[in-house]
Amino acid sequence: MEKPLRIGVLAVQGNFREHAAVLRRLGAEPVEVRLPEQLEGLDGLILPGGESTAITRLMRLYGLDEALRRFPAPVFGTCAGMIILDRDHLGLADVAVERNAFGRQVRSFEADLDVGMGEPVRAVFIRAPWIEDAGPDVEILAEVDGHPVLARQGRVLVAAFHPELTDDTRIHELFLNQVREAMSVRA
Amino acid sequence: MAEYGTMRVKSGLAEMLKGGVIMDVVDAEQAKIAEASGAVAVMALERVPADIRRDGGVARMSDPEKIREIQEAVTIPVMAKCRIGHFAEAQILQALEVDYIDESEVLTPADLEHHVDKWAFTVPFVCGATNLGEALRRVAEGAAMIRTKGEAGTGDIVNAVTHMRSVFGHIRRLTSLAGEELYSEAKVLQAPYELVRWVAENGKLPVVTFTAGGIATPADAALCMQLGADGVFVGSGIFKSGDPERRAKAIVEATTHFRDAEILARVSAGLGEPMVGISAASLDPTELLETRGW
Repeated sequence: MEKPLRIGVLAVQGNFREHAAVLRRLGAEPVEVRLPEQLEGLDGLILPGGESTAITRLMRLYGLDEALRRFPAPVFGTCAGMIILDRDHLGLADVAVERNAFGRQVRSFEADLDVGMGEPVRAVFIRAPWIEDAGPDVEILAEVDGHPVLARQGRVLVAAFHPELTDDTRIHELFLNQVREAMSVRA
Repeated sequence: MAEYGTMRVKSGLAEMLKGGVIMDVVDAEQAKIAEASGAVAVMALERVPADIRRDGGVARMSDPEKIREIQEAVTIPVMAKCRIGHFAEAQILQALEVDYIDESEVLTPADLEHHVDKWAFTVPFVCGATNLGEALRRVAEGAAMIRTKGEAGTGDIVNAVTHMRSVFGHIRRLTSLAGEELYSEAKVLQAPYELVRWVAENGKLPVVTFTAGGIATPADAALCMQLGADGVFVGSGIFKSGDPERRAKAIVEATTHFRDAEILARVSAGLGEPMVGISAASLDPTELLETRGW
């Protein structure tokens, strides 16, 4: 039997439990990460939604920001996670992200989103950001009103919405496929 | 087609606040301190509960000017309180685009029988509860987040603990009941059967559950998290203490690392004076806020 993928979920604040639940459903082994040493031996890492200001501060306090910059495996950031990966924060994705771009909570919404995978995904946007500017190596996978909300750059995947809040697992599967590809390249 | 104000969108924001600390603030300066200390949201108030308790009189929704000032000062979500059953205050708060409305027993109730019909709003609501039946009645009315109530403005954690034990203990007992026993349990709880069955099957409330009331130290926050809270509200405990910024940061760290006693010991050290507490047991029953809500 194939050894389950060990995927870290940054657990300093936010909805890390929902990401862990989706990973379990897909046969991966989730690992909660609150301290740098917990990144050891992971095949990939998810940065969940939450409040980016709170998460950023807690990461810096315990040296998780530096540890993440050195983290070699694929990374998936949703919402706040996307903000943390951008040029102004960890710089792992060559994107500029506009925080709370859609507005306050009364402007939060859900909608069917074409992500080029056949049936659209039901995407939940909570005080969501969007990508304001993307470098040449960034592949835009989905947009809302012309604003990129799902993108990939090499081993990094970012989403402005919350695939962990629905029962549709395709976006997480997309990420786990990235993880498997990266492992086969390294092997 | 974009859909706004669905239950998934409303409860979704609460999901993002989990593992975090929501802090009461009375002005822009405090809001900035809260944000810089790692708060996941602020509750905009005119007076913190300790002052409401001291001053007496009728406590109402904050002045919109005050709420706007706080909204302009920070980028994190801004919540505000309306009185129990005061749907007109709630309409005003929605027009101000606050991110969450707390239909709160800390303010003087406006209706002694009915709570706000929260389904009628796009903005999500958080409501207090002292037991499982009360929590499920609030969810039935459309609350997208629950906070177990402590006795606000006391700095005494005991009532928060009592009510968390009541809610989470009751949920654990529900999961062991036979299917046919859930009907009479719904009657006892005075809550809709469908919600009672959902809780019995899933072992948790259908919405995110924070705790509030009496949290004054990092250890208090860690205690609540270990008892099963998804996050904490801190009211008077921060800005009524000797060194609010330091205490705020320590409570945030304690909420993340709530099981790591070494980190808790470090962040608990040298925080200066905590808020001066009032033992909840010394309060006259007529002075209790937590019993408001029906």
